[in-house]
Amino acid sequence: MWAFIHKLGSPKWFYDISARLQPWFWVLALALIAVGTVWGLAFAPADYQQGNSFRIIYVHVPAAFLAQSIFVTMAVAGVIFMVWKIKIADMAAAMMAPLGAAMTFVALFSGAVWGVPTWGTWWMWDARLTSMLILLFLYLGVIALRGAFASRDSASRAASVLAMVGVINIPIIKYSVDWWYTLHQPASFTLTERPAMPTEMWLPLLIMVVGFYCFFIAVTLLRTRSEILRREANKRWVRELAGGIR
Amino acid sequence: MTPKRKRKLTIILGLVSLAAIAVGLTLYALRANINLFFSPIEIAAGDAPFERQIRAGGMVKEGTVRRNPDSLDVEFVVTDYVEDLEVRYSGILPDLFREGQGVVVVGELQPSGEFRADQVLARHDENYMPPEVADALENAGYSPADFQQKAGEVTKEGRSANESTASQY
Repeated sequence: MWAFIHKLGSPKWFYDISARLQPWFWVLALALIAVGTVWGLAFAPADYQQGNSFRIIYVHVPAAFLAQSIFVTMAVAGVIFMVWKIKIADMAAAMMAPLGAAMTFVALFSGAVWGVPTWGTWWMWDARLTSMLILLFLYLGVIALRGAFASRDSASRAASVLAMVGVINIPIIKYSVDWWYTLHQPASFTLTERPAMPTEMWLPLLIMVVGFYCFFIAVTLLRTRSEILRREANKRWVRELAGGIR
Repeated sequence: MTPKRKRKLTIILGLVSLAAIAVGLTLYALRANINLFFSPIEIAAGDAPFERQIRAGGMVKEGTVRRNPDSLDVEFVVTDYVEDLEVRYSGILPDLFREGQGVVVVGELQPSGEFRADQVLARHDENYMPPEVADALENAGYSPADFQQKAGEVTKEGRSANESTASQY
C-alpha cells in the first residue's frame, strides 16, 4: 500500500494516470450537471410555499457541499504534504483553493438571493451564515499566503498549516444549525437520513451534487497537470514530453 | 512510517486538537450570543433584556394573527408550544409569513411583556413539498400547517433536549 501511495506521489505517474481519468470526469460532470439543471429548473415540481424560488437549492446545496469538501480535501492534502513530503498533494491543494473560494461565494450569493423573498432579508449574522463567511475568508487567506512568500516551500508549509487549522470551521458550519438557534433551516439533503422532500425534487438535487463533485475532480486534475509541468519543467521526462532532449 | 514522520504527524494532530479545544471552549462560552434569537421560554424566564434591540423566534400561533384593515398594523402571537409572546408590528410581512410558520422578529421587548417588532423575518423549515402533495394532505384532513407544526415540534424536542443537557452545567 505504501508503495502505491509513493507511486501516486510521483509526478510523472500522476501525469500519466490523470490523463486517462480526466476525460471521464469531464463527460460525467457535464452530462450530470446538464441533466440536473434541466430537470431541476424545468421539470421538478415547485414548492407549495416558496414557489419557484426554491429551485435555487439546485445550485446552492451542491455549491455549499463542494465549498466544505474542498476545504477538507485541502487540509488532508496539507497533512500528506507535511508528513510524507509528497509534492503532488501540495500542488493539488494549491490548485483547488480558488475553486473552493468560488463555490463558497456561489453558496453565499445564491443563499442571499433566496433569502430576500423567503426570509425577508438577504443577510443575517446567524451562526450558519457567519461560519460560511469565515470559510470564504479562510480560502482567501490560504490563497493569499501562497502568494506572500518568496520561497515556494515556505508558502506551501504556511498554506498547509492554515488549511489544517481552518478545517475546525467545517464541523462548526455543519452543526451550526443544530447547536444554536439560526435563521437558516437544518439540512434538507443528507446522505444519512431520509430526505425532507419527495423523490421528484430530491433526485435532480442528487444528480447536481454528484455532477458538481465530478466537475471538482475534473478541474483539479486539469489544473494539477499544468502545475506539474510548470514545477517540473527542468525534469528530464517533461523535456522529453515537450519535444525531445536538446 | 519512519519515526520522524510519526513524530510530525503527532505534532500536527496535537496542534489541530489543541486549536479545536480552544475554539470549542470559546464557542461554548459565547453560546448565548451565538443564538440568533430568544425563544418565548427564555423570554418568559426573564433572560431577555427590556427595551433593547433583540430578536425573538418561534412559530406564529394558529388563529392569533389580527390585521388592522386601515393600516399595516398587525398583531400575532409567537409560540414555542410552551410559552407565548405577543408581537406588534407595522409594515410589510414576508411572503412566507402565515399562521403555523416559523418567524424571527427583530425589535424591543416592552416591560409589559409585549414585543414591538421593527422587522419580521420568515424562517423556513427543512421540508419541501410540491403544491399537489400539500393539497392531497389537506384533502386527507391534514393541513400543511399541521405538517409544519409537527416539524416544529420535532425540532423543538431536539432543541429542548440540547438545552437540558446545556443547563446541567
